[in-house]
Amino acid sequence: MSAAWIMAVAQAVLVAAVAPLLVGFTRAVRARLEGRAGGRLVQPWRDLGKQLRKEPLIPADAGMFFTAAPAVLMATSVLVATAAPYLSTRGPLSAGVDLIVVVGLLLLGTAALALAGLDTGTAFGGMGASREMTIAALVEPTLLLSVFALSTRVGSTNLGAIVAAGVSDQARILTPASALAAAALAIATLAEAGRLPVDNPATHLELTMVHEAMVLEYSGRDLALVEWASAMRLTILLGLLANLFVPWGVATSLHPGSVALAAVVFLGKLGVLGGLLAVGEVFAAKLRLFRVPELLAGSFVLGLLAVITSAVLA
Amino acid sequence: MNRVAVALCAALALAGLGASAGLVLPARWRSAAVGAATVAAGVAGAVAGAAAVSGTGWQVRVAGLLPLAGVTLAVDALAGWFLLLVGGVAAVVGVYTVGYTGRTGRGPAARGALALLPLFVAAMLLVPVAGSVSTFLLAWELMAVTSLLLVLSEHRHSPAVRTAGLWYAAMTQAGFVVILLGLAWLAAAVGGESFAAVRAGAAELSPLVSSGVFLLCMAGFASKAGAVPLHPWLPRAHAEAPSHVSALMSAAMVKLGVYGIVRVAFDLLGGGPRWWWLLLGAVGAVSALYGILQAAVATDLKRLLAFSTSENIGLILLGLAAAGLLAAAGQLAGAGAALAAAFLHTANHAGFKALLFCGAGSVLHATGTRDLDQLGGLSRRMPVTTGLVTVGALGAAALPPGNGFVSEWLLLQALLHQVPAGGTVLTIAAPVAVAVVALTAGVGVATFVKALGTGFLARPRSAAAAAAIESPPTMLAGMGLAAAVCTGLAVVPTVAAPALDRIATGLRVESAPLHGSGIDLRLAGIASSISPLWIAVGVVGIAVGFAAVARAAGRPRRRARAWDCGDGPLTARMEYTATSFAEPLQRVFEDVLAPEQDVDVTHSAESAYLVRAVEYRRRLPDRVESRLYRPVIVAADAVGRAACRLATGSVHRYLAYMLTALVAVLVAGVLR
Repeated sequence: MSAAWIMAVAQAVLVAAVAPLLVGFTRAVRARLEGRAGGRLVQPWRDLGKQLRKEPLIPADAGMFFTAAPAVLMATSVLVATAAPYLSTRGPLSAGVDLIVVVGLLLLGTAALALAGLDTGTAFGGMGASREMTIAALVEPTLLLSVFALSTRVGSTNLGAIVAAGVSDQARILTPASALAAAALAIATLAEAGRLPVDNPATHLELTMVHEAMVLEYSGRDLALVEWASAMRLTILLGLLANLFVPWGVATSLHPGSVALAAVVFLGKLGVLGGLLAVGEVFAAKLRLFRVPELLAGSFVLGLLAVITSAVLA
Repeated sequence: MNRVAVALCAALALAGLGASAGLVLPARWRSAAVGAATVAAGVAGAVAGAAAVSGTGWQVRVAGLLPLAGVTLAVDALAGWFLLLVGGVAAVVGVYTVGYTGRTGRGPAARGALALLPLFVAAMLLVPVAGSVSTFLLAWELMAVTSLLLVLSEHRHSPAVRTAGLWYAAMTQAGFVVILLGLAWLAAAVGGESFAAVRAGAAELSPLVSSGVFLLCMAGFASKAGAVPLHPWLPRAHAEAPSHVSALMSAAMVKLGVYGIVRVAFDLLGGGPRWWWLLLGAVGAVSALYGILQAAVATDLKRLLAFSTSENIGLILLGLAAAGLLAAAGQLAGAGAALAAAFLHTANHAGFKALLFCGAGSVLHATGTRDLDQLGGLSRRMPVTTGLVTVGALGAAALPPGNGFVSEWLLLQALLHQVPAGGTVLTIAAPVAVAVVALTAGVGVATFVKALGTGFLARPRSAAAAAAIESPPTMLAGMGLAAAVCTGLAVVPTVAAPALDRIATGLRVESAPLHGSGIDLRLAGIASSISPLWIAVGVVGIAVGFAAVARAAGRPRRRARAWDCGDGPLTARMEYTATSFAEPLQRVFEDVLAPEQDVDVTHSAESAYLVRAVEYRRRLPDRVESRLYRPVIVAADAVGRAACRLATGSVHRYLAYMLTALVAVLVAGVLR
C-alpha cells in the first residue's frame, strides 16, 4: 500500500471517528447557550455503542431496500471521506472522484434512505422520503453552480486540484465570487445535512420532521449505521466547505509531518464551523416546508451570481 | 462485399424471414419464431454497426430498385453508432417479446402485430444507412407506418389506444411533411439528392436556404424525438403501445430523431450560426425540465417513463447544442466533450429505457395495471424484476455508479469549462444550462425514487398487485441483457472512445474527445477525470463490507410490526402513494404544472360540523397540449365544419365550382 492510500484510509478513519464527536460538540454548545447542562462530548459514541448491542427490528412488510440502505449510505459517506482532500491534496482517488461525483454520491445516499423510508410502508416513512427528495432535488442546482464557480478558476472539477490551487495561490480565494459561492454552498450544506432552518435534527414532531421520519423504523445496529453515516455526512460537508474556501493548512504533499499538521488544522476548522452551526441553530427557527424552496432559490441566485462574477472577473 | 454489407443484408433478410414466420406460423410457435428472428436481425444490425464504427465504410447505389431515384445506401461511423444502438435494442427486446406476447395469439401476439415487429426493426436499421434524400424519406416513412400499426395493436382493448394512434399518426405525418419540405428544398438548392452531393454543395448555400432547411428539419426530427413542445404524441403512444413496442420506440426510434438532427445540421449543412444552437439548446432545456417535471407528478408508470424520455432527449439536444455552439466559437475541445456526452447519452438512455419499459411491461403483465397508486409490494413477489428495474432506475436517475451519471458528468464538464474565452452569450448560457441539468438530475432522482419506492416496495395497494408472480424466464433474460449493457456502459464507458473518436472526426470537432485507460475516463483538453470503475467498486465493496461487519458484530434482525401509533395494524391505505409522494414537488412547481384539484366535502345530515365523506380529485393535464394544441385542433375543426357547407352533395354546385376554377385558371394564364 502506497503512502497515498495510507493517508486516505487514515483520513476516512479520522472523519469516521470525529463525526460523532462533532455532533456531540454542536449539541454541547447549543445546550450551553440555551442554559442547559447538556450531554458530554462522547455521548453520540456511547449511543452508537448502545444501539449496536440492541436487537434490530424490521417492519413486517419491508424488504431488501430497508436492510441495504444503511450500508449504502455508509458506503457513500466513507467513499467521499476517503477521496476528498481533507488532509492532503495528493489523495489516491483525487483523479477518480471529483466534485460532481461527490455531489452524486451524497445524492445516492439520500435516495437509498428515501427508498428505505418508502419500504417501511408507514405514512411516516413515505412522508419523510417525499420531503427529503423534494429538498434534495431543489438543492442540486445550487450545489452544481457552486461547483461551477469553484472549478472555473482552476479549469478542473478535481477536488485535489481546486484545493491545491487555493493553497498555492491564496489571493485567488479572496474574491467576491468565492464569497458568493461560499454563501451558496453553506445554505446547500444546511439543507443536505438536514440542519436548521431546513430540518430540525432534534425533533420527532410528525408535522415537521424530514430525516427522522425516514429513519423512524430503524433500530439496533441499522440505526447505529444510519446515525453514524449521517454524522459523517455533516463532517464531510463542513470539511468540504472549510477546505474549499479556507484551504490553509491542507498538505500538498504526503509528508507525515505536514499531514499530521493538516489533521490538527482540519479538526480546528471543524470545531469552528460546528460551533458556528450550533450558535446559528440557537437563534434560527425551522422554516415551514413550503418556505424552504424560497431559501433554496435564494442560494441558487447566490450561486448564479458567483459563476457570473467569476466569469466577468476572469 | 465487406463486413458491413454482409451483416446489413443478413439483418434485412432475417427481418423479412421473421415477418413471414409471423404471418404463416401457428400461434403456438409465432412469438418464439418472431422473437428469435428479431434477435438475429438485431445482432446482425449491431455487427454491421460495430464494423462501421471501427472504421469500415460502405456505399452502394442500386439504380433499378426504385423508380426515378433508385436506392442509395451509405454507412459511415455516425450511421454505425445508430445501427449499433438500434440493433442492440432490437436484440434485447426480441428476447423479451417471446415471453411478453406469449402464445395467446391475440393483441400483441396476433399475426399482423408480430409480423410487423421485425419489419419495424428493419425500417429503423435502414434510416441511418440511407445515403440519399429519397432513400432516407422512404425509410423514415416505413418506420413511421410500421410503428404506428404496432402502437395500434391493442386497439380493441381500449379507446385510449385509438386516441394515442390518432395523435401519433397526425404528428408523425406532419413531421414527415416538414422533413420532406426541408430535405427537398436542400436537394433542389444544391442540385443533387445523394448525401455526398449535398455535403459537397452545402458550402455555397445562401444563409436563408440553410437556415430554412435547418428549421424545417429540426422541427420534424424534434417531433420524432419527442422534444417539448412537439411531444404530445409521446406520452400517449408510449403508454398505450404494448410494452415491447414502447421499449423499441423509446430506446431506439426516438434516437433516430437525434440522428436526423446530427446528420442534417452537423454533417450535411456542416454547422451553422450561433442562433441555431441557442434555439436547439433552448428546446433541449425546455424538454429536459418540462419532461422531468411531468414525469415527477405522473402516476401511470409508462407515462412517467415516456416523459422521462422527453427529458433525456432534452439533455441530448442540450449536448448537441453545446457542441454546435462551442464549435462555432472555435472551442473544439469543449465541442468534442459535448458531442461525446450527447452520443454516450443516446446509448445510455437506450440501455436503461429499454430495461425500464420492459420492466413496466412485466409489471403490467403480472398485475394488469400501470397505475403506481395501485401497485406496491412487488419486491417480494417479483424479486428479479425489481432488482433489474433498480439497475435501470439507477441509470435513469443519473446517480453514480449508474450509466446515466457518466454522460451527465461529460455534459457538465463540457458546459463548465468554457467560460473564460467564450464571450457574453456563453458566459450566460453555460451556467443556465448547468442549472437546468442540475435541476433535471435532482427532480429525476425524486421521480425514480417515487417509481421504484411506490411501485415496487412495501405493501401491495390492490388485490392485483398482491397476486403478482414473477415473469417468465425469457422476459427476465431480455431485461437481464439490457441490465448487463447498462452496467458495462456504467463501469467502462471508455469502450465507446474509439467510436466517438471516428464520429467526432467525421463531424469536424476535436478528435478523440474521450480517452483514458479502462479505469479512468479523461477528456481531451479538459483537466477533469473520473474513474467509474473505482466508484462502482468502492460503493459496492464498502457497502457489502459494512453490512457484513454489522451483521457479525450486532444481533440478528427480527421482523416486527411497524410503529402504528398503537392503533391496529397498518393497512395499504395508510401508505404514501405516488400521488402523495409527488405532492410537495407539485406544489413547488405549481405555476408550471397548473394542477386542477377538487376537494368535495359531504356533510352529515344532522350537523354541518360532521363530515361524512371527503373526496379529492386531482388532474394534471399536459399544459403545452391544452394551451398550444387544443386551440389549433378547435380551429381546424371549425374550418372543417365550415368547409362542409361548401359540399352539399348537389351536382350543380360542384359543376359551378369546376367552372369557376377553370375560368380562374384561364384568366390567370391570360394575365400572365
